[in-house]
Amino acid sequence: MSADGLSPEPLLKVEDIHTYYGKSHILHGVSLEIGHGEVVGLLGRNGVGKSTTLKAIAGLVHPSAGRVVFEGRPITNMPAHRLARRGIAYVPEDRRIFPLLTVTENLRTGLDRHGVTPARKKELLDKVYGYFPVLAERRNQAGGTLSGGEQQMLAIARAMMLEPKIILLDEPTEGLMPRMVSQIREIIEILHSERVAVLLVEQNVPLTLETSRRIYIIEKGVVRHHAPAAELRADDAPIHQYMGV
Amino acid sequence: MELLHAIPFDQLLIQTINGVVTGMILALVASGLTLIFGIMDVVNFAHGELFMLGAYVGVLVLSATGNFWLALVGATLLIALLGAVIHVTTLRPLLGRDPLTTILATFGISLVLQNYALWQFGPVARKIQEPFTGYFTLFYLDYPWYRLVIAGLSAAIIAALYLFLKFGTYGIWIRATTQDRVMAQAMGIPVPWVLTAVFAIGSGMAAASGVLFGPLVGVNHAMGLDWVLKAFIVVVVGGMGNLGGSILAAIFISLLEAYASLWVSPAQAVIVSFVALILTLLFRPTGLFVSTPR
Repeated sequence: MSADGLSPEPLLKVEDIHTYYGKSHILHGVSLEIGHGEVVGLLGRNGVGKSTTLKAIAGLVHPSAGRVVFEGRPITNMPAHRLARRGIAYVPEDRRIFPLLTVTENLRTGLDRHGVTPARKKELLDKVYGYFPVLAERRNQAGGTLSGGEQQMLAIARAMMLEPKIILLDEPTEGLMPRMVSQIREIIEILHSERVAVLLVEQNVPLTLETSRRIYIIEKGVVRHHAPAAELRADDAPIHQYMGV
Repeated sequence: MELLHAIPFDQLLIQTINGVVTGMILALVASGLTLIFGIMDVVNFAHGELFMLGAYVGVLVLSATGNFWLALVGATLLIALLGAVIHVTTLRPLLGRDPLTTILATFGISLVLQNYALWQFGPVARKIQEPFTGYFTLFYLDYPWYRLVIAGLSAAIIAALYLFLKFGTYGIWIRATTQDRVMAQAMGIPVPWVLTAVFAIGSGMAAASGVLFGPLVGVNHAMGLDWVLKAFIVVVVGGMGNLGGSILAAIFISLLEAYASLWVSPAQAVIVSFVALILTLLFRPTGLFVSTPR
C-alpha cells in the first residue's frame, strides 16, 4: 500500500469491518484510511459492498466485527445522529430528500444543532445558496418537486450544513445529465478547497480518477487494490481486472 | 322534506353547536392519536387511559389547589411525562419489530392503567367543577358558556400543535423523522428522542382533553373507552396519520351524531359513526380528507 503523504493520524480509519444483512455476509473485512481534506475514490462493481461501507462509516449499519476510528477515537456502533454532529455527513445514493419539507427546511435539518448561532446559520445558508443558485430560487418549494439533478444538489448542500469534516458521497452522478455531472465535479473541488474530506463511491470511473487522490477498488466485500489515482490514470489494468470495463 | 319540516330550526342550531363542541374535544383526543400513529407507526390503544388518567390528575390537583387552570396544566405535564416513561420503557425496545407487538404492548398498558385507576380511585365517578358556571340563553335553553370555552381551547391547542410542527425547530425534526427516519438520523436528528417527545406530546394532549371534558361527564376509570373508540373512528375516517383530516373528521362525525339524535336517541345515534366508518373503509380506505397536507 502506498500511504504517500498521509498525516500520521488519518481523519478516518476503517479497520477490517464485517457486516451482515440478515444471513448474507456483505463486507468481509474492509480496511481503508482517509486523510484530513483528502478526496478518496471507492470503485467496484454493483453489489460488492461500496454503499454498505459508507453506511457502516455513517453509523447506519453496524459492523459485527472490526473498528471505525474517527479523529483518533473509535466510533463503531455509535448512533448515526451523534456521528453526524461529530462531522460525518452522508449523501445517499437515492438522495433521500425529505419530500414534503421545503428546500430551506431540508437544509435546516442539518443546521439546527446545538451551538450554531443565528449569524452562523445565515452564513452557511448564504454560502450554499451562492454555490447552488437554483436551490435559492426554489427555497420555498417542497423537496419532492425538484428534478433529480436539483435533488442531488440539495442532498449535498444539506450535508454541507453539518459543517462536516468528511462527506460520504454515494454515486452522486447516477442518472444525471452530463452538464450536471460536471457540476458535481465542481462541487467536489469546492469541498476539497474547503479542506473537507470526501469518500466518493462512483460508477463513473473517469470522474473518480480525476477528482480523487487515491483509489480503493473493492470486490466481494474486500479491498482488492489500492493505488494513487495518478498511477491508475497511467495504467488502468487493475480497473479492467476488477470492474470489467 | 316532510322529515325536515318536523325539525324546528332552533333544535337544528342547538345540535349544530353541540356537534361542533363535541367535535373539537374529539379532535383534540384524535390529533394526539393520529400524531403518534403518523410519526411513529404506533397504534396507541392506551390513548383513552391517558385521557382518563389526565382527568383524574385534574381531579386531584383541583381538590388540592382549587384552581382549574392549574389542574389543566398540571395534568398535561404529568401525563406527558408518563407518556415519555411509557415510550422509553415499553415502545422504544420494540422499535423496528412487527407493528402487532406495539399494538399488544399498548393494549397491555391500557389494561394496567385502567385497573390501576379502579384500584386507586374506586368505582364511584368523581366530579371536576367547571371553572365558571355562566349560561347564555339559546332559544328556550340555558347553554353553558363553558362548553364554548372547551371548544375554543381545544382549537387553540390544536392550532399551537400545528404551528409548532410547521415552524418550530423541533417541529421540523418531527416532520423530517416522519418522512425518512434513517436520513433524519444521518442529519444529526436524535430520532429515538424525537419519537419519545412525540409520544409525550400526544399523551399530554389526551390528558388535556380529559380535564377539559371532565366537567361534562364524570371522571371514572372506564371513561377512556368511549372516547378512544370514537377517536379511532375519526382517525380512520380522516386518514391515518393525517392531522388536518382528523380534525375535519372529528367535526364531521360529531355533527352527524348530533343531527342523528334529533330523530333517534343519542345511544342509537352512535350507530351513524360506525356506518361512516364502514363506508369509509369500503370506499375511501385512505380516508375522506386525504388531500389535506399534514
